[in-house]
Amino acid sequence: MVNYAEAPDGVSGHGYFATTLQKAVGLARKNSIWPLPFATSCCGIEFMATMGAHYDLARFGSERLSFSPRQSDLLMVMGTVAKKMGPVLKEVYIQMAEPRWVIAVGACASSGGIFDTYSVMQGIDRVIPVDVYVPGCPPRPEQIIDGIMKIQDLIGSESLRRRQSEEYKRLLNSYGID
Amino acid sequence: MFVVNNNIVEILKNKLQEHFGSDVSSFEIIKDIPTFTITKNRIVELLRFLHKDKELQFQFLTTLCGMHFPDSDQQFGVVYHLHSFKNNLRIRIKSFTSGNNPEFPSATGIFKAANWMEREAYDFFGIKFSCHPNLKRILNMEDIDFFPMRKDYPLEDQTREDKNDKMFGR
Repeated sequence: MVNYAEAPDGVSGHGYFATTLQKAVGLARKNSIWPLPFATSCCGIEFMATMGAHYDLARFGSERLSFSPRQSDLLMVMGTVAKKMGPVLKEVYIQMAEPRWVIAVGACASSGGIFDTYSVMQGIDRVIPVDVYVPGCPPRPEQIIDGIMKIQDLIGSESLRRRQSEEYKRLLNSYGID
Repeated sequence: MFVVNNNIVEILKNKLQEHFGSDVSSFEIIKDIPTFTITKNRIVELLRFLHKDKELQFQFLTTLCGMHFPDSDQQFGVVYHLHSFKNNLRIRIKSFTSGNNPEFPSATGIFKAANWMEREAYDFFGIKFSCHPNLKRILNMEDIDFFPMRKDYPLEDQTREDKNDKMFGR
């Protein structure tokens, strides 16, 4: 059985279908997210299960995972991020091209988790902006997929000009990224 | 449990008595490891002696790490674990110093392995090792200005604002 992506709202008639550019672009983007897995610990193992045949993340158009920032849209941070790793994570984020989204998978990436100590960053949103947080320690593959679907909703409804907006620039500036 | 060879321990005890006299104190066997304390200024001499001695041959430094007992006047210390392959025996050597800026002689002249171990002790306790070839932090970020394993350094991260003390029973 083949699944098609749902068509956006629009006007259709004989031999044509008209919709806004924003919706068409959103449709294309959301169904072909190319993730960049940044897996540092146990959540990364859980993510491998998500990628595997049983949960099959590729169904969502995320067939192309790559450990390079080239052409990737979604930075998936999975696992404990030590303070020493912070600058590395930020550099990877800066190297990604716009538009880019970030998902923090698991308690550690979201808030530092149980590691409330001197060496662990208390949530990755201290160095980079985060779009979706996935709770759990570790989250099950279903939860990771739910997070990805939340990201898809964000991507599908994002305005084409959002990345040029003053608000977005202010957000990045607050992280020292221009 | 590992049975300590008492002959070797006796030999060790006598040799220490002979060469280091009152600088060696509180010799006892804890569980199965002979343990004793040495004054700070004779550490290197002691390590070299144990390394060179034909009968003892403690030629393997298994562990070196810092200690902190803030309530004691000798608050900082270093503990060395040495192993003798010849006698299949491990010993624990402790040494203490007072004050807030502890400094110990470096064991790198005898054991190459001491290099990283001493860097770790410096990284976490702020214990300096004189004559160390490259004394800088090894695990933590180089720009931090605290020593996280000291007892007066708070256990929890101090930068969080979302903590409700009631949830922690305090």
